Amino acid sequence: MKLTLHVWRQSGPNDVGRHERYEADDVSEHMSFLEMLDVVNERLTERGEEPIAFEHDCREGICGTCGMMINGVPHGPKSMTTACQLHMRSFRDGDEIWIEPWRATAFPVLKDLVVDRAGFDRIIASGGYVTVRTGSAPDGNAMPVPKDDADAAFDAATCIGCGACVAACPNASAMLFTSAKVAHLAALPQGQTERWDRVLGMVETHDAEGFGNCTNHGACETACPKGISIDYIAQLNRDLIRATLNAKPVGNGTRG
Amino acid sequence: MSRVATLYRSTVGKKVLMAVSGAVLFGFVFVHMVGNLKMLFPPDAAGHYAMDVYAEYLRDFGYPLVPHAGVLWIARFVLLVAVGIHIVSAVQLARLSRAARPRGYAKEKSLSLSYASRTMRWGGVILLLFIVYHILHFTTGQAHSSFVAGAVHRNYVVAFQSPIVYGVYFVAQLALCFHLYHGVWSFFQTLGLSHPKYNHLRRPFAVGFALVVFVGFLTPPTLVLVGVVS
Repeated sequence: MKLTLHVWRQSGPNDVGRHERYEADDVSEHMSFLEMLDVVNERLTERGEEPIAFEHDCREGICGTCGMMINGVPHGPKSMTTACQLHMRSFRDGDEIWIEPWRATAFPVLKDLVVDRAGFDRIIASGGYVTVRTGSAPDGNAMPVPKDDADAAFDAATCIGCGACVAACPNASAMLFTSAKVAHLAALPQGQTERWDRVLGMVETHDAEGFGNCTNHGACETACPKGISIDYIAQLNRDLIRATLNAKPVGNGTRG
Repeated sequence: MSRVATLYRSTVGKKVLMAVSGAVLFGFVFVHMVGNLKMLFPPDAAGHYAMDVYAEYLRDFGYPLVPHAGVLWIARFVLLVAVGIHIVSAVQLARLSRAARPRGYAKEKSLSLSYASRTMRWGGVILLLFIVYHILHFTTGQAHSSFVAGAVHRNYVVAFQSPIVYGVYFVAQLALCFHLYHGVWSFFQTLGLSHPKYNHLRRPFAVGFALVVFVGFLTPPTLVLVGVVS
């Protein structure tokens, strides 16, 4: 199949950037989207041009490294699918495809389609951990966890931190990501010690990073390749309200 | 207090204010809608319209414990504060959103769940303009063709005999319906009123609430326009 690509090219963080048009001939429908870009890059390299920079790692849909706006949709048209798992059979011969990086103040473009997602790491660092006793491994099932809680925690934990929620959100909010990380640990007994500190710290960092606010559009849920539910955002809101308005002692309490 | 300040400083805290002030306003809108249904009743034996009796009751509510129109003014003050908080929060949050994505996409496809969620901000502006017009129209009377203070039933009928006035109110109610649909659902979401067992009821409740308000507000004017109520 033959495709026309409009790819965002930006040589570095300070370049203004522009869309470049590329004709991709002999694309096989069995290629993944990233393999299609690999072929385009090969042609570019042969012509002595700079290949298109994009991030990728596992190419199995589990690491969260790849991700780009494909025709205005994070990870492209197929739901619950990362860009690396998207195949060219989802497109038709002669299609025009617009490929852009995630757009958010908190995700500055480093080069072409690569954005700096260190903001996510800083959100994690400000609360996405639990305190455990080190030494010998604890006995299995020593701490009973109700099945519903375990399932809720696991569903939240499937977040791969790709940033599609931020990219899709009209407000560039990272609430779906943050809420998944908060809810994942808040659902488990091991996460209770730091529960209130966690939500305070992570929301504070979320805001400080320059992510927007959630206006309950639900675009993030639609875009999420792991199908994380916005119910977790409601849970984050509830935990934050409880952490700030309740007189509960707040962990080791550096805040409030 | 410092914890309350922490909540307020966060984007979530501003949304909480949005939700709580919004709840005050949708409570008001519902009661207002129920009050307007008085237009459907014929006058009593003494020739008093139910609407006029109700309007008098609102002015005298709480008397003689409080002065005439005392409770009415307290209610107006509370509503004004709620509208103020709602607008200030909306402006703050809209500015944060703009700062969070100054540059949009060349090709954009909306993945939002509803048309209503995408039109909250402009819908809100339409509603604000409508409220100003509505107060000038039925409370102070400057925007009314022949306003008579206290003759609520008469003012109402005269106003809605004009298809233009009816059209303005119809558009405003449509905007309100969309605003309420997303607002009521968002209220639950923002305050964390979420439970796996009851979450499936939140959307239908929001739809039901918005539709009841829409139909309730527009029934009397429609009957005036077609000449059933006079």
